[in-house]
Amino acid sequence: MSALLDIEDLEVMFGGRSAAVRGASFQVEKGETHCLVGESGCGKSVTALSIMNLLARGGRRSAKRMSFAGTDLLSLSDREMARLRGNRISMIFQEPMTSLNPAFTIGSQMAEVLTRHKGGSRTAALERAVELMGRVGITAPEMRLGQFPHQLSGGLRQRVMIAMALMCDPELLVADEPTTALDVTVQAQILRLLATLKRELGLAILLITHDLGIVARVADRVSVMYAGEVVERAPTAELFRSPQHPYTRGLLSCVPVPGRVQRDRPLGSIPGVVPAIGPGFAGCAFRSRCSHADASCEREIPRREAAGAHDYLCRLAPQFSEPQPA
Amino acid sequence: MSVAIEVQNLRCEFRVNAGWFAAEKRVIAVDDVTFSVPAGSVLGIVGESGCGKSTLARLILGLLKPTAGTVLVDGKRLFDLDRKARARLIQPVFQDPFASLNPRHRIKDIVALPLAAQGTFSRAEIERRVAQILERVGLSAAMGERMPSQLSGGQRQRAAIARALVLEPRIVICDEPTSALDVSVQAQILNLLADLRRDLGLTYLFISHNLAVVEHVASEVAVMYLGRFVERNETDALFRAPGHPYTQALLQSVLTPEPGRGVPDIGLGDAMPDPANIPPGCRFNPRCGIAVERCRRVAPTPMARAPQGMVECHLA
Repeated sequence: MSALLDIEDLEVMFGGRSAAVRGASFQVEKGETHCLVGESGCGKSVTALSIMNLLARGGRRSAKRMSFAGTDLLSLSDREMARLRGNRISMIFQEPMTSLNPAFTIGSQMAEVLTRHKGGSRTAALERAVELMGRVGITAPEMRLGQFPHQLSGGLRQRVMIAMALMCDPELLVADEPTTALDVTVQAQILRLLATLKRELGLAILLITHDLGIVARVADRVSVMYAGEVVERAPTAELFRSPQHPYTRGLLSCVPVPGRVQRDRPLGSIPGVVPAIGPGFAGCAFRSRCSHADASCEREIPRREAAGAHDYLCRLAPQFSEPQPA
Repeated sequence: MSVAIEVQNLRCEFRVNAGWFAAEKRVIAVDDVTFSVPAGSVLGIVGESGCGKSTLARLILGLLKPTAGTVLVDGKRLFDLDRKARARLIQPVFQDPFASLNPRHRIKDIVALPLAAQGTFSRAEIERRVAQILERVGLSAAMGERMPSQLSGGQRQRAAIARALVLEPRIVICDEPTSALDVSVQAQILNLLADLRRDLGLTYLFISHNLAVVEHVASEVAVMYLGRFVERNETDALFRAPGHPYTQALLQSVLTPEPGRGVPDIGLGDAMPDPANIPPGCRFNPRCGIAVERCRRVAPTPMARAPQGMVECHLA
């Protein structure tokens, strides 16, 4: 069975000089939640935007393969891509205030998605909007149709964004940090909603986040990105049980875990900063921060298998014994 | 043990223009808050956006005048002190190191400014102290020559911490000091703040929406909801046995990195708190899953809670 979204060796360049994404490969299966996790600047948002063909001016994408449900996304014209976008693949962003149009009502923005892609009457589209708003837990949906984005709270706006993304029954939802701007209580509500939608509608979700707590709780599979590369891929439980790449291990030790706090002991941290990666950079991008690095890390790094469906980009052999620091 | 910060019946109101012809609205951002922080300890304050935690920080820094109530810092009334004396006693570290450093000044000049503003330090003394504090927060002398835009987020937050500590204050108000940083950098900054507190005997007021971070750094935690402390206790006790339904919901909504546990149902309705429109009775009752008739009529008063905390709930 081929994956719903299949990306191999994606490269994204800006202005021909800096490479934001350097050979990222991952697959999203039908009906699964796949998390792309990494820190700021690792290329996770640029990866999402390049799938949608929404890269900022000056951004160029190339890949060995970039297919969605058997369609080659790279060969689509802008017009063909526009027909797919918001229809079979939809996307939600971090800041719902800036991604909704402040000058139009919620109703007209939601209805437009359906009438543009599927045709039909505006009345039918508004009915669908009310139905979906009810479904994502918005109270008094009829009243919301006539409201403007600024009249809604952050949590409600994000629910509107999700409802809008569902208007055309998409097969894939790309969610870029959908809860980062929200309070923790609202975050839990939104993530629960996404999990329910995935289960009930068979929706595949590509979720982009920097938060390992979110990854652990919602993902089926995880791809860890560092400096434009996918450095480790694994099923979620497997990744947290036996992380292999030194970056993944470091990242996990940085997170304070409630209930297991040892206040007298420092948190784990990763020394140094992400290096600038120019053209001609070779070898492991993490080597300047890695305690295991040696001269061989400057050469090409093999992708190693740790277990079925679990691989990572490091010269070190898999280790299973070492318990993870909490 | 001496008391570093003492806040008594602090209240802060804002008047908000509701529209051209509508009556003015009153927003009560901080409503009758009383607490004290022993010297050398860390009080963590948690709550959702709009609960008044940053307003509280600004009141304690003397950046805002309270409507009522008093703030004692190191035993002195904050508003009896002039700006220079206040600056020697209490200093802030803010969330966004991109916005809180002047982009057109070199790092070492930014760090030197509090000393220069005092007007009592010689140039040689200022240089000596700046070099010393930059080294203490882990910035090299070469970094001191750079502009803020040439530093990473973590380095900028180190510079902001150096600026706060250069006058050797007793108290530091940290308002979301790591929220804008990546997790690996966040850990570096939290470790630095912990070292500095131990070595210099500082007292922190540590404001954050991240409960895991607060649990890691604070000795005592206060939970703020619509301008009031609804629960306060020693950190371990509060995290082990939260008394207020709101504290319970906050704790449940923390997503620990434990796969397979799913996202919890925290049982809060989607009625969002609005500080311009505080409900009668218990202010949490519209979102509370266990509210009874009494909660809608009578506002709860603080009750003592073991070992040395308080909670404001009829049902706790």
